[in-house]
Amino acid sequence: MDSISIVALASIFAAGLAMGIGSIGPALGMGQAIAQALAAIAQQPDERNSLTRTLFVGLAMIESIAIYCFVISMILIFANPFWGHIIK
Amino acid sequence: MEIVALNQISPDQVILWTWKFITLNVTILYTWLVMAILVFISWLATRNLSSEMNVSRWQHFLEVIISVVRGEISEMTKKGADNFVPLIGTLFLFICTSNILVIVPGFIAPTSSITTTAALASCVFIAVPYYGISRNGVLHYLKEYFQPNFIFFPFHVMGEISRTLALTVRLFGNIMSHEKVVGILLAVTPLLFPIIMQALGLLIGVIQAYIFAILSMVYIASALSADEEGHAHAHTKKEG
Repeated sequence: MDSISIVALASIFAAGLAMGIGSIGPALGMGQAIAQALAAIAQQPDERNSLTRTLFVGLAMIESIAIYCFVISMILIFANPFWGHIIK
Repeated sequence: MEIVALNQISPDQVILWTWKFITLNVTILYTWLVMAILVFISWLATRNLSSEMNVSRWQHFLEVIISVVRGEISEMTKKGADNFVPLIGTLFLFICTSNILVIVPGFIAPTSSITTTAALASCVFIAVPYYGISRNGVLHYLKEYFQPNFIFFPFHVMGEISRTLALTVRLFGNIMSHEKVVGILLAVTPLLFPIIMQALGLLIGVIQAYIFAILSMVYIASALSADEEGHAHAHTKKEG
């Protein structure tokens, strides 16, 4: 296998792997957070505003982990820094 | 005709005009467009303000936005909102406008480029010490970095930098990913499904603008209030 196909194979494989494994954790975390927030809202409907705001902030924090994985896989596919070395 | 090709990750790569070392890319052009729209609407709305019973529709529109922003901020800081409305409101309006205008064909959201989001996040990065120092003074602000003891100094610094990075990448990743997903869906299942995704994209855009504003407010509020808790603590200690 020449080096072009090794880099291409590794990049595509790593991109898929990063996205797949990287979204497991945030998915579990977001599910947990939403479940807890819904339970809290059901118990105290008056506090809905502050609960929703905290929920959104927390979800954004959790979601950013998945977004990091996504950006890395995007870089691997579309803006791979190793292509420049190989193709030249 | 597409302006940003599917394999281009950021609109910075599309250069429209270049002269010596000045280059004009799509991001800058559309940032100017969003700025022009915001300025024009503000001018239109504030042209004839009145405090009578029947005010113009534009004034109602702006008053609703401003009162919502003020309400959110004052709920978060538990103090006056007047200091923070200019910064947070501007961030929210800019991001929200550029995200919503994505449904206009041919418009490339400036927030889908990492340079724009990095610039916005560095505004917050600078605003946090600014508000902290102007409220509590330099010494109190710097003392926060050495709480509870000096070992934690590098962690505080790392936290400041990594949350700025997170603010950058979150907005960029969301908006860019949405554009790419719509582009790919347009190639795979044309017409109906991309429209649904576009509608979802409006929701994502507004939520991301809200989250950006709320998070920057949380960061600023943490620089303000952490010290006041310390004050209260010292006060009770002295009394006890």
